[in-house]
Order: sequence, then C-alpha cells, then structure tokens
Amino acid sequence: MQADAVAAALAQAHRSEWAFVLSATVRVAGDLDVAEECAQEAYVSALQAWTRDGVPERPGAWLTTAARNQALDRLRREVTLRRKLPLLVEPATVDPHDPADLDWPDAAVPDDRLRLVFTCCHPTLAPEARVALTLRLVCGVPTPDVARAFLVSEPTMAARITRAKKKISEARIPYRVPGRAELPERLDSVLTAVHLLFSTGHTAGEGDALVREELCDRALHLARTLAALLPEQAETRGLLGLLLLTDARRATRTDEQGRLLLLADQDRTRWDQRAILEGLTVTAGALASGPPGRFTLQAAIAGVHAMAPSLEQTDWPRVVHLYDRLLAVWNTPVVALNRAAAVAFADGPAAALPLLDELATDPRLADYPYLPATRADLLRRLGDAAGAAQSYRRAMKLTANAAERAFLEQRLAEVSRAAGAEPAPG
Amino acid sequence: MAKYAILIYEDPAFYANISPEAWPAVVDAHSKFVEQVFALGGSLAGGEALAPPTTATTIKGGGTVTDGPFVETKEALNGIYVVEARDLDHAVEIAKLCPAPAPGGGVEVRPVVDPTTNPF
Repeated sequence: MQADAVAAALAQAHRSEWAFVLSATVRVAGDLDVAEECAQEAYVSALQAWTRDGVPERPGAWLTTAARNQALDRLRREVTLRRKLPLLVEPATVDPHDPADLDWPDAAVPDDRLRLVFTCCHPTLAPEARVALTLRLVCGVPTPDVARAFLVSEPTMAARITRAKKKISEARIPYRVPGRAELPERLDSVLTAVHLLFSTGHTAGEGDALVREELCDRALHLARTLAALLPEQAETRGLLGLLLLTDARRATRTDEQGRLLLLADQDRTRWDQRAILEGLTVTAGALASGPPGRFTLQAAIAGVHAMAPSLEQTDWPRVVHLYDRLLAVWNTPVVALNRAAAVAFADGPAAALPLLDELATDPRLADYPYLPATRADLLRRLGDAAGAAQSYRRAMKLTANAAERAFLEQRLAEVSRAAGAEPAPG
Repeated sequence: MAKYAILIYEDPAFYANISPEAWPAVVDAHSKFVEQVFALGGSLAGGEALAPPTTATTIKGGGTVTDGPFVETKEALNGIYVVEARDLDHAVEIAKLCPAPAPGGGVEVRPVVDPTTNPF
C-alpha cells in the first residue's frame, strides 16, 4: 500500500473518527488521559498495519478496536499500579423512574460523541473549562488553538484542561448523556463549545490554513445532531442556522493566494446559496419559537448579510438593532466591538470611534487583534492615514494568523503611501 | 457509592445573635436534611456542628500556638457532613438541600479521598 494513500486515509480517519474512537475507549479505559493515549497509539499502530494490510473497510471500527485493546492491556498491566480513581462510566442514560425519560431511549442518541460532549460540558466545571475540554477531547483540537480561541496563553490553557480532567475523575462527574429533565440547562455550554469549535476552524489562529474545513464540518455535524435531538430547544436550531449562514461564505473568505477578504471584497455570487437557504429557513424557525437566544440572534445577523446584494446595500440599521438585542442577552466586549463596526456602516465611521475608545479600556480586549484592526479601518475611511497605519501595526503585532497578517500588511502599505503623498495630519 | 464532604460556611454572627425562638427551626432543618439524604438514595457517613471560630486555637508549623482560626473570613466553617452518593450529580442534588440559613452562607462539596488513590 502506498504511503501517501495510507497517510491520507489516516488523516481522514482522524478528522472523522477521533471523537468516536476516543469516546468508545473512555468506557474501557475508565480514564480520559489513558483513553487519549490509547487512541493516539491506535492511530500510530494503524500506520504500520494499514501499510502492510491495506486500509480496512471501516477505519473507525478498526481504530476503536485497537484503542480499546490498548486500554484493556494497560488495565491488566497496571491493575496494581493504578493511583487514580476510575472515571465513572454510566451505562444507563435513562432513568426508568422519570416519566420524562421513558420516551428517551439510549438508541435515540445516534452519536456516542454526545456522551463525551455532555461530560466535558458538566455544570460543575468552570464555563471556560467546559468548552476547552470539548475542543480538546471531542474534536481533537490542539491545545495552542484552544488557547487562542479563549484569548489565553498556552500554559494557562494546558493547566485549565488538566485541572478539569482531574476534577472529572476525582469528583466523579459521570460519563453520560443527561436525562431530558436536566438537558436544557446543560445545553448552552454545549452549544457554546460547538460554536467555538466552528470558529476555531473558520479562523484558525495560527498557521497558513485559514479555513480548517474539517473543524467546520465537525461543528456543523454536531450542530445538526443537537438540532435533531432537541428540536424543541430553539437555540439548537439557532446555532445550526448561524453555522450554515457563516459557512456559506467559506469559499470567499480568502483570495487565490490565501489572503483574507473582508465582507466588502467577497464575491457574493460564490456564496453557497443552498447553505444560505437552509440557514435562513432554520433561523426563521428558531426566531418563531419565542424570545430568541444569543445563537438565534447571531444567526439572524448572519441572515441579513446573506440576503444583502452588497455591503453598501446591507440593512445596517437592522444589523445594529439585532446587535442591541444580542447585547441585552449576551453582554461581551467582542459583541460590543462587532456592534461598533455595524454602527460605522449605519451612521458613519466617526460615530463608531467613541465606542472603540470605550472598548479600549476593557482589559479583556487588551490583546485582541480585531480591536486595533477595526480602529485602523475606521481611521482609513476617515482619511487619517497616519492614525490608521499606527493601528494596523498594532493589529499585526497581535495576530498570529498568516492570512490576517498579510491582509493587514497590504492595508498598511496602502495607507502609508497615502500618508507619504499628503502631509500627515497633526 | 463515593464519599463527599459537605462543608457549611456561614457568618458565625448569625448563630451568636439568633433568638431562642428561631433556634428550633435550625435544628429541625438539619433533622429534615438527614431524612432527605436517605430519601434521595444517599446515606450519611458522619457529621458534626463546630463551635464558633472565636473558640478556635491555631498551631502553625514550628508549633506556635495562637488564638483564633487558621484563616480569618466573614463566612467560617461551621459544620460538616460526610455523605455517600453515587456521583457528583447525586452529591450536588443532596448538598442543595443542606441548611445554611445565614445570609451569605452556603455549602461546599468536596470529594473525600479514597486512600488507595492519589487525587493530586
């Protein structure tokens, strides 16, 4: 078997089967760390075995069997050496005494990864730890990328993940899908995890690949599964709508050279109309289901953009209005920054600058590259080339994304030329 | 089943100033809690109320003996239960019913270490 073909099959199996392999191995290993190691060893042993024997018909089943056998071997070897409490694996997800659970059989959960997702998102874990664990364990996202998604350093994130894993085993957080009665309150952190997974794929923080399609696809798959499992929870459909409407722009976010394209410069004729149609339909359904939550409102904003023929012809007052409603249910500095960018289109860049001044005092945005990048864009539009150049340099210093840095460099060169042609103001 | 400690943190002033009429209600609340632990499928492995921190004596490394609690806080450890529960979900379900009537009070759930394992 050709090494290239085996490597490609392995990469594909990692993308599509990692969570399946890991979540099945956790049951045997009784320990998240051990299960992770066994799953990794299974992928390593697959390289040799598949090169020798060919890629198996069902790579996921092959890898799961290999990982579970690794776990069993370890259990036999280490039975006297075990120093950690085993993870509490609950086979039953149904409480036979709870009437609400009677129509909620285990078979209704088609995706075993959900058990892992709900354990990772347990309410007794810190909110940041829940999402981080989901990204790390369910999706196999590398710790540095998880750190970037949360705007914290890599050692901080590594410590956070280790601490959370320790609490799961020592405090005996059960490895199970919650019963229907507890599901709604557990849902928000799960949806957040799936959304951040998508964002990590959509704008990979580091490296040259701006779009990590497999992460986006996995997030979409999880969002679809959640929407199918909990259709009465409108936010599951809100999240699915948001991901579909954002993902519809995937092909147009960069040019042929991989450089970032802003909404203004994207070729709207290449947006995925099928994804937009499905996204709008799903979002409309969520909006009609009662007071919208934060995912539904974000989907509604994405829907306004998806329907606009151009940046100029976008219904910006409606976008600002939706951001106002979003801030009311989800008051974060990043939402406030996005609202300010919308205000710049609705009422002009000068109206948005004071909003950015206010946000600049928020320590949570101190290292956030989109704050100086937004300021640079506003100053550029106002003709302040020198001020724009300064903000572009600041943004370049903060971003680790090659495509974003290339974009900022290009804009910096443009405003620097403009500043050279005319005397700098002040 | 695993053991969990339920640590009750409350402002000791609440009990120092409590009226004689209000006291039986506190005792009743704890009796009721003990019944509820069993009703929820858990069991009680121990529990004591502690005298206020003003009665505490602290001995730090080196053997220096001082008057008062180890750490001065508004809410102090005033009592402890040890319960047996299936998992953390079960322990939290039980702990939510544990009385801590003083304003600003609450309880903390901590797994009890199984001596054959290393939680650190």
